[in-house]
Amino acid sequence: MGALRAETGPDGIALVLYDVPGERVNTLRDTFQQDFHEIFGRLAEDSAVKGVVVASAKPDNFVVGADVEMLARTKSAIEATALARGAQQALQRLEDLGKRKPVVAAIHGPALGGGLELALACTYRIASDDRKTQLGQPEVQLGLIPGGGGTQRLPALIGIAQAIDLILTGKSVRAAKARKLGLVDDVVPRAILVEVARRRARELAEGELRIERNKVELKLPKLLRTEVLQQIALEDNPVGRKILFQQARKALLAKTHGHYPAPERALEAIRIGVEKGTEEGYRAEANFFGELVASDVSRRLVEIFFATQTLKKDTGVDEPSVKPRDVEKAAILGAGLMGAGIAYVTADAGITVRLKDKDDAALGRGLKQIAGILDERLRRKRLSPREREEKLALITGTTDYSGMRNADVVIEAVFEDLSVKHGVVRDVEREAANAIFASNTSSIPIGLIAEAASRPDKIVGMHFFSPVNKMPLLEVIRGRSTGAEAVATVVALGKRIGKTVIVVNDGPGFYTSRILAPYINEAAFIFTDGAAVEDIDRALVDFGFPVGPMQLLDEVGIDVAAKVAHVMHDAFGGRLASPAGFEKLVESGRLGRKTKKGFYLYGESKTKEVDRAVYELTPQGHKRNSPTTGEIAERCVLQMVNEAAHCLGDGILRSARDGDVGAVFGLGWPPFRGGPFRYADSLGAAQVVERLRSYQDKFGVRFTPAPKLVQLASSGGKFHGR
Amino acid sequence: MPPRPGRRVAIVAGLRTPFVKANTSFKDLSALELGKQVVGELVQRAEIPAKAIDQIVFGTVIPSVELPNIAREVGLAAGLPKNVDAHSVVRACATSLQAMTSAADAIALGEIDLAVVGGSEAMSDVPITYSRPVAQAVLAASRGRSLVEKLQAFQHVSAKDLLPVPPAIAEYSTGLSMGESAEKMAKENGISREAQDAWAHRSHFLAAQAWEGGKFRHEVMRVLTGKDFETVVAEDNIVRKDSKLEGYGKLKPVFDKRYGSITAGNSSPLTDGAAALVVCAEERVRELGLRPLGFLRAYAYAAVDPGWQLLQAPAFSAPKALKRAGMKLSDIDLVEIHEAFAAQVLSNLQAWSSKKFADEHLGGAEPIGDVPDEKLNPRGGSIALGHPFAATGARLVHQALRELDEKGKNTALISICAAGGLGAACVLERT
Repeated sequence: MGALRAETGPDGIALVLYDVPGERVNTLRDTFQQDFHEIFGRLAEDSAVKGVVVASAKPDNFVVGADVEMLARTKSAIEATALARGAQQALQRLEDLGKRKPVVAAIHGPALGGGLELALACTYRIASDDRKTQLGQPEVQLGLIPGGGGTQRLPALIGIAQAIDLILTGKSVRAAKARKLGLVDDVVPRAILVEVARRRARELAEGELRIERNKVELKLPKLLRTEVLQQIALEDNPVGRKILFQQARKALLAKTHGHYPAPERALEAIRIGVEKGTEEGYRAEANFFGELVASDVSRRLVEIFFATQTLKKDTGVDEPSVKPRDVEKAAILGAGLMGAGIAYVTADAGITVRLKDKDDAALGRGLKQIAGILDERLRRKRLSPREREEKLALITGTTDYSGMRNADVVIEAVFEDLSVKHGVVRDVEREAANAIFASNTSSIPIGLIAEAASRPDKIVGMHFFSPVNKMPLLEVIRGRSTGAEAVATVVALGKRIGKTVIVVNDGPGFYTSRILAPYINEAAFIFTDGAAVEDIDRALVDFGFPVGPMQLLDEVGIDVAAKVAHVMHDAFGGRLASPAGFEKLVESGRLGRKTKKGFYLYGESKTKEVDRAVYELTPQGHKRNSPTTGEIAERCVLQMVNEAAHCLGDGILRSARDGDVGAVFGLGWPPFRGGPFRYADSLGAAQVVERLRSYQDKFGVRFTPAPKLVQLASSGGKFHGR
Repeated sequence: MPPRPGRRVAIVAGLRTPFVKANTSFKDLSALELGKQVVGELVQRAEIPAKAIDQIVFGTVIPSVELPNIAREVGLAAGLPKNVDAHSVVRACATSLQAMTSAADAIALGEIDLAVVGGSEAMSDVPITYSRPVAQAVLAASRGRSLVEKLQAFQHVSAKDLLPVPPAIAEYSTGLSMGESAEKMAKENGISREAQDAWAHRSHFLAAQAWEGGKFRHEVMRVLTGKDFETVVAEDNIVRKDSKLEGYGKLKPVFDKRYGSITAGNSSPLTDGAAALVVCAEERVRELGLRPLGFLRAYAYAAVDPGWQLLQAPAFSAPKALKRAGMKLSDIDLVEIHEAFAAQVLSNLQAWSSKKFADEHLGGAEPIGDVPDEKLNPRGGSIALGHPFAATGARLVHQALRELDEKGKNTALISICAAGGLGAACVLERT
């Protein structure tokens, strides 16, 4: 059965409904080329049909893009190019039909990637004003470019500069913005979407409605807007266009550091289309698409995408009978940076929050932080003032345990100290006996926290990352005595508040903090051995991390890192020892950004500058002598990979998949390198072990390869089967 | 024998904001904001399952045109489920008592099981209106199709018309202000200046003592306000902690400068605040995991000619409520009287014990009698605590039940005088 069905009404308008059988969302699948040729060919010939409306039969999505599985199945660049050519031809068929009979796209819900390209091939586009309606070309997020003519039709419709912005960033826009950009011709309430689309199709067919699209509305006040000037000045003449493409390319490279070829290729496809005509443009698009589908970068990004998709269906426990508890009310203990952040994301998901701190001043600061995040969204028009009030109203503050007895989950974000945590466990068992107790600890084992509990099955770890409203990962920790219901409940809660959730077993540092520790340690060794701060950070940023380890230390707090390092050293011995000189930093009050004193200067200056005084705390003083960029990055990264292999071997991780997702979404591991396990697989375990051993000879036990790696090296196996 | 027909109604929780003098701590808050704060916190603190709330009945006496049904807006703003039904009530100073009895009747009849009721008043945020000519011109201008037409609409508006008109606290039917009416009562009932001042001092003294003794800790929430939630409003700010009887005598009469006795000291001040209660069918209390603070035994309302003694209707409503409760005043352990003015309190009490009054007005019934001083407003009253019009009823109910609980007593009579010549009373019991 095909994904398209058509029905012609007495008004002479054929309603074509997109409806992939058996799926919740519409995607462009293997059969779509055939479907298109068949249906649109027939409608072109049917004299009873005057016009066509294309809509989705799904309740909340138009077409969300090409089926990623289909792309992943392609074996070569040639095969993928052929796929793109086929898509282009199918959509050309639609565009050709539109030249004889108007085709109106009626868009409700996301129209993304191939879905937007489908809409672009129509004659006229109407979107519902619903918040779910979003239009965009997110292909670059999977290391790809639009492959169904998007790089050609989009600039033709909305202008080169705007098209570059959409395609290169992969961002999507809502209906109102799409109308402004000229991406859709009209925006109407959802209830009358198809009805209006039919009417417009009839009017277009009968010549009552003529399409007039001005890329730029030349009204007087708008002339002063820079985007208009930019368009007039640059797009309409070859010299201007050249400048525009050069500037776009420069901005792009500054952002991607050359790690992501897709946006560059997209830019090139757009340029070729503009300068050499669409025929050449389509060909370039298909060729680049094929090349990118087969590229390592895209393969890694697609793997991560699949991993997050499977995690969405993972309950976090292996017991199929266990059901998560419904969470209507969550209590959060501690209104500090983390507690307030957790309160915000929880209320944002529509859950009632009872927020507790020791006094009103602390509560007030927490509420201020939450209101600040909401205000920012209000400013960006992501929220209406009423929605802001509604979300804020879900949070009430308290300085005692009132109003907690009916909380389903209590999340503690109090000071990171075992005896404090124990006190809280006892309080909660007394005041909210029925609640699941989640600790937002980043390093204290859940088993230790649960020692104070009379019902340890209710104690579970929920390790959020800072800032909570931005960081996508939630690391759930299952202690030895944690019950399955507790795990399933916080996993479901985590997904509900929009996080990607991995479940790990208990141990010092769990997974993320544990693999971060030797990575940071290595950077610290390199620093104390005489390297320059900026060289270390540059090496890892070049590798693909969003920030380097030294800057990360400043952000996290050097004292916090030192404390964690201490815990890790105690737990794992010499392998996780940090350099001796490092304590000096903390002793001298150099704690990072929070004290405005760290590896970098935190003054008025906007540009980041190393605080050279920090070198006086190392034996070499101001004389810096850095290893090569390659060695710095390799040493740090190998530490992380090796520790990740330990975690898998020790049973901390449930799978290599979780390890990759945790590193990418929690620690900023470069997504195009797929995570530590995919990265090890791409190098080959033997190569990883060989490199570790060569450093082991030089630096000792901290580079001793993990047993799991040694085992894979000798068997020639991989962490990932696929 | 239950005196009320239908299901018995329990009061299971209550809460109020601090009551503060108008234009002080809550000057930037609206009635909606205050109502939202108190309802949101009450529902959380009472640990009521959100799904169990059937209705919200709420009111404000000086309404805002933007909030014609404030109950609905309070429910939505406080984050109650959106399918919780809501209606607003107004009965001047007895508004939140009306909210409670309206919900109680619906519970008794079995229409609903649980309701949040209350009221809020933001005297710092009263609507300022324009004169009739200006209002008419604005409406006409909005219909005008051109700028000229729009401007023409204003041609008959004079400069004097442009002055905004704040709402007067005066009787619409008599034109007399509340204070003038109280003044009239003081004279006609022979209530001396000294007696009024002594009452006012008593009110402040007892209220200060109650605050000092931490008696309001279960009744008053703290409100975090300000742009950055940096201001904590934790206590009532009208109560005089060092009230001295001599001080009251120095104040000048406000409404009748020559022969008057009503002063700012022996009247309740303009106040901002909100209060709310949770009422629930007795048979549902336990299954919802709640605990009753007390029960509504009976209530009654009465009205008198506003041109006679505007605030004397409690002389009718209290005997009526007692009769419905099947009780005598001697069966009552605690009497909470709303103190609009000391002169009104003393007039009401005088009427309650007067055989003459009963003969003339109550058809010769026995007067309900004297209220022993120790049973009367033991934590002070509206003169000291303040009087946000729509919030006072809910305050009195909750405060009375907490006081009974503390003293281990059982029954309370609540009496409220209200504008328009209205009187309200109810009888509460703990068991």
